[in-house]
Amino acid sequence: MLLLALDTATPAVTVALHDGEAVIASSSQVDARRHGELLLPAVDHVLAGAGLTLDAVTGIVVGIGPGPYTGLRVGLMTADTFGFALGVPVHGVCTLDGLAYATDLDGPFVVATDARRKEVYWARYADSRTRLTDPAVDRPADIAEQVAGLPAVGAGALLYPDTFPSAHEPEHVSAAALASLAAERLAAGVELPEPRPLYLRRPDAQVPKNYKVVTPK
Amino acid sequence: MTDSRDEPLVLGIETSCDETGVGIVRGTTLLADAVASSVDEHARFGGVVPEVASRAHLEAMIPTIQRALKDAGVSARDLDGIAVTAGPGLAGALLVGVSAAKAYAYALGKPLYGVNHLASHICVDQLEHGPLPEPTMALLVSGGHSSLLLSSDITSDVRPLGATIDDAAGEAFDKIARVLNLGFPGGPVIDRYAKEGDPKAITFPRGLTGPRDPAYDFSFSGLKTSVARWIEAKRAAGEEVPVRDVSASFQEAVVDVLTRKAVRACKDEGVDHLMIGGGVAANSRLRALAAERCEAAGIRLRVPRPKLCTDNGAMVAALGAEMVARNRTPSDWDLSADSSLPVTDPHVPGHSHDHDHVHEVSKENLYS
Ligand SMILES: [Zn+2]
Repeated sequence: MLLLALDTATPAVTVALHDGEAVIASSSQVDARRHGELLLPAVDHVLAGAGLTLDAVTGIVVGIGPGPYTGLRVGLMTADTFGFALGVPVHGVCTLDGLAYATDLDGPFVVATDARRKEVYWARYADSRTRLTDPAVDRPADIAEQVAGLPAVGAGALLYPDTFPSAHEPEHVSAAALASLAAERLAAGVELPEPRPLYLRRPDAQVPKNYKVVTPK
Repeated sequence: MTDSRDEPLVLGIETSCDETGVGIVRGTTLLADAVASSVDEHARFGGVVPEVASRAHLEAMIPTIQRALKDAGVSARDLDGIAVTAGPGLAGALLVGVSAAKAYAYALGKPLYGVNHLASHICVDQLEHGPLPEPTMALLVSGGHSSLLLSSDITSDVRPLGATIDDAAGEAFDKIARVLNLGFPGGPVIDRYAKEGDPKAITFPRGLTGPRDPAYDFSFSGLKTSVARWIEAKRAAGEEVPVRDVSASFQEAVVDVLTRKAVRACKDEGVDHLMIGGGVAANSRLRALAAERCEAAGIRLRVPRPKLCTDNGAMVAALGAEMVARNRTPSDWDLSADSSLPVTDPHVPGHSHDHDHVHEVSKENLYS
């Protein structure tokens, strides 16, 4: 088994290879505006670092978000296309679950990433492997009661200390965590979600009521 | 005659606006032109909503690639390259296509060519009328652009002579259709109504056609305002708006200016071929008037069939095939989408200086 994991749902462009036992190579760069440029060279770099080529990969793991859409789609489109070209399965993993897995916390906590527009993508966890709530997008102040007293991780938590006073690392997801989580679940026979994006918001689009009258009054 | 099997087999991906296009060509021969459009999802918004388009591209991409391969009856392994629209266009939409193309080229071990959307609109005519004459004058008209371009080599030299200084021609069609409550997109419906109307019924202004105006630039904003005012005056007077005559007269004003300037550019530059491309080139009156005026001026007109004029993947594949045939440098894996890629860049070459790079590598592998 050789899993290629990638995630572009947070400012990190992160790639990892997992052989079923452990992560054998990985790369993470933080640059929220250059997902499109950085991802393929990162895949190439990680494969080369492990002395492997893409056709050795037996499955793709991709972070399905939630995350800012433009970046999120880079990872999903890349994963979909790899899966199609290689004829291997593409597994989705919730990006927040990847962040949670990297914490090793065994009590309840919150994961929150930056959703921009003064909102966070977030979910509550019982421990690093168990999510309690569906991922949601909200203004930090609106969820203050639901997350009160809980430790929190992720850039969204670090960004809003009023709501998340005990926020700490990790800030962004790592594909290494995503790959390890996926490998663990696949080994346990758990079915992973389809690689479909978690947008959580409808597209911004105004229906013009009418055209603007041009005749001067 | 060379065996057509020697010509490059290229798959092209286009996602600059609301069409997910995947085309496959062998040299100048069209093998597949698969298109999935999200136009219906935009109709109620009265224009293309970028986020809606981007979401639709992600959903449609793999099925559209599959359909193109099936239609062409070729195996992905036999491709000589993958081409993709790198720009100009909607940034988020472009990025979906660029991501797919990069992953596909990488997975298949094929060279990648990020190409210019505008140059692709010109090059697509090779699939219809054979190799482009050099130089070629091109009039590109669509919802996103209105330009006069002169190209001596579509893979390396595209020179802009003029462009719209405000709205694109297709945008003007959309806006007038909205004023007339005809829905979105405006081009086809106005064309339909205009067929039953009188193009001389109302004299609408011809933008930038004065003696001191720039010879090859266009302006459609004044025309749009003038038409809207005329309609509003009718409505204010409680009269019925003659939709057919307004459509015909408005359309005439647009195509009159487009064809007049294109023919003039050909004469000024001593070019005896005019190519018209872009979504508005599907307009029946534009095609007819251009044919008439080119004939009178001794210019050979080349307009692809309407399906090749609107955005599609075949046009990208056509330009990609030309890049392969002319040994142009492939793009690097860090190719990015460039929403404002200049028209003067027919493609985005990589930084690796040796343009036989891919070839060299495979040769080494052969002997190792
Ligand atoms: Zn176009």
